[in-house]
Amino acid sequence: MLTKKVKNRILFLIFIFLLSIASVFFIIKSLNKNILYFSSPTEIKQREDIPFEKAMRVGGMVKKGSITISQKNIRFIITDFKNEILISYSGTVPNLFGEEKGVVAEGKLRDKNFFIADRILAKHDENYMPPEIKEIIEKNAK
Amino acid sequence: MLSNIGISLVVSVLILSFLIIYTASLDLKISRQVIKKNIYNLSLFQTTFIVLSFFTLIIGFINSDFSLINVYENSHTSKPLFYKIAGTWGNHEGSLLLWVNILVIFSYLFLVFNHTHDKKFRLYTLIFQNILILGFLFFLLLNSNPFNSIYPIPLEGLGLNPILQDPALAIHPPLLYVGFVGCSIYFSAAMASLLSDYGGKSFAQSIKTWVKISWCFQTLGIIVGSIWAYYELGWGGFWFWDPVENASLLPWFAITALMHSLIVLEKRNTLYYWVIILCLSTFTLSVTGTFLVRSGILNSVHTFASDPSRGIYILLFLSLMIFSALTIFFLKQKKETYNFNLKSRETFILANNWFMAFFLVTVLIGMLYPIFLDVLTNKKISVGPPFFNIVIIPLVIPFVILMAIGPKFGWIKSQIFFFSTIVLVTIGAIVINLLIIYLFGEYSLLSNLIFIAAIFLILYSLLDIKKFIKNKNKNELPRIISHLGFGLLVFFIGINHQFSLEEDFNLKVGEIKKINNYKINFEEIKIKESKNYKAIIGNFKLTNLEKNLVQYLNPEIRVYSNPETLTYEAAIKTKITSDFYLTMSNVSRSDYYNIKFQKKPFMIWIWISALMIALGGFVRLTLKKNED
Repeated sequence: MLTKKVKNRILFLIFIFLLSIASVFFIIKSLNKNILYFSSPTEIKQREDIPFEKAMRVGGMVKKGSITISQKNIRFIITDFKNEILISYSGTVPNLFGEEKGVVAEGKLRDKNFFIADRILAKHDENYMPPEIKEIIEKNAK
Repeated sequence: MLSNIGISLVVSVLILSFLIIYTASLDLKISRQVIKKNIYNLSLFQTTFIVLSFFTLIIGFINSDFSLINVYENSHTSKPLFYKIAGTWGNHEGSLLLWVNILVIFSYLFLVFNHTHDKKFRLYTLIFQNILILGFLFFLLLNSNPFNSIYPIPLEGLGLNPILQDPALAIHPPLLYVGFVGCSIYFSAAMASLLSDYGGKSFAQSIKTWVKISWCFQTLGIIVGSIWAYYELGWGGFWFWDPVENASLLPWFAITALMHSLIVLEKRNTLYYWVIILCLSTFTLSVTGTFLVRSGILNSVHTFASDPSRGIYILLFLSLMIFSALTIFFLKQKKETYNFNLKSRETFILANNWFMAFFLVTVLIGMLYPIFLDVLTNKKISVGPPFFNIVIIPLVIPFVILMAIGPKFGWIKSQIFFFSTIVLVTIGAIVINLLIIYLFGEYSLLSNLIFIAAIFLILYSLLDIKKFIKNKNKNELPRIISHLGFGLLVFFIGINHQFSLEEDFNLKVGEIKKINNYKINFEEIKIKESKNYKAIIGNFKLTNLEKNLVQYLNPEIRVYSNPETLTYEAAIKTKITSDFYLTMSNVSRSDYYNIKFQKKPFMIWIWISALMIALGGFVRLTLKKNED
């Protein structure tokens, strides 16, 4: 026969166990909802199952001479030297943004050639290149 | 010249470390209860030499001695003196030297100030701490030596990244380092405690001051970093759930849990092994954070130039640290019985620890998941801020409520339950919440609950203050200040989040934009030459159409020459009730300027309440002295 104390302890342990399972489940579930996939313009062109409703990140170099600014927004072309995509953004661009600089845009795809960004990622250091972009450039330079 | 002095100082510290480990292990075998005098001397020499080496580097920066690669890469003759000095720790090599400095200084102070404790325990702590010092010294000498020289000597340096030339960022690294590296001493003490069987109450007493010191500095360091992000980055936010920010938050969760459970160990002499685990994990998480940031593995918005070879060394060292810590822990662990009553203060402190553990695990998963996915499937992802908000924010509600009630319970078993006070305070919180809705507008159910919980904690803390004024029990004061600060922080972040006004648009000089009841007139731009940059200053006239108030905002675009960089300086007008925030940027010299305008209510109060949390810790530190 289990004493009351032992019984309480077992109940307590079961409770903790269930609680931790529930919280891990909860964490993983919201994690899957909120991840942003990173793609290069080429990947967007080639992949068939690319989602249009889900937010994502696109990265590459800002094409020379492609920046246009109007009262409403700023538009520019991101290239990975194989394919290109037009980006439209209506916010403040980070200070290291410019032609022929690496850039990461966060937002949603309108179609395979047009991307509406709601965030442009800044880098604090002019010598720094986001690892994703570095990889793309190294791959396409070969 | 400086290079030779610096390197010989660092090498002598290295030799002294070996000597200390050697003499300390000899002294362990002697049964006399007093530590030999020469160990103190060796440790004092070690501290002096390491501090001197740091000053040598500072002198190099002040004199712009470009024979040192580190100075050449990170400084420039035209830089103001203050930023020349701050440049010493504004780069990887220099900050690593600062890191080792703190390791050594804490090692010496721990040895000197804990003379009432067991000799074996103190010697083991010294040995472990010196092993850590050796690990980081080898890293410094082999991979990141700040005293490496360059020949021929360049005439001019490359300059410090202008975005780092900010007063908040000048003090941010030293604060955070005292906080992070300060954890090393109770990492060593925890290992020593396991090996020398010096546990329980006395162990808690030996480390509690050090835990508090590093907690205070970590908290302050994180706040200053956040202030810097708000003023300098020009996004108008102060927390982005960015991997680098998360890396600083992980050890903070662990150390906050530690600080609370340490009280249980001291008062009730239980939870010893849990405290040990927290001691070990706090420093491990600090080093992990450094590793992730320095190696460039994390794709962060804040990442500065990084080098993978640093990562490999830190990773090796880290694995060694974790492996040895776990080995000693499992060899020495014994069965411990826990006997907790539900209605007791220790149960509530445990609840605090569960929440901290949950927050820690959440942030850790969000941070590491992209890395694992990249290694396993080569998919590049990032975890967005919504993830952290969804998982963490709802849990803040019970957390804040328990934070208010917990301290009301006595140790062991508490009979009295303040039911009527709880009901009254809850009613008060709901009424205030309704008042805010009535005055400022509606918000979601979740926000309602958060506001009620935060006000609940604030009201409870105010009742505590009333009680404090009556009975003058100073021991309660630090807790009240920190908890009140946390309640206010949640409250003001909530208000700020609900009632912020934000608008991005493009304007030409002379144009006017209307937003709600504000009119922004872009009147003119001026150009100003400064010592090390050229500034384009915009003049914006902001009119409040309702009250007919006129204000001028002057954001800047700065063009630094060394290195050639653009920075945007936000124009921020701070008032007690709200901040006006305006940044201006320009891409490829177009006629349109890109404007970001924000009205952020009660911004200054977010800083004040966050600083209150840290203040509570500092008050506790000063009280400690008075009590003894």
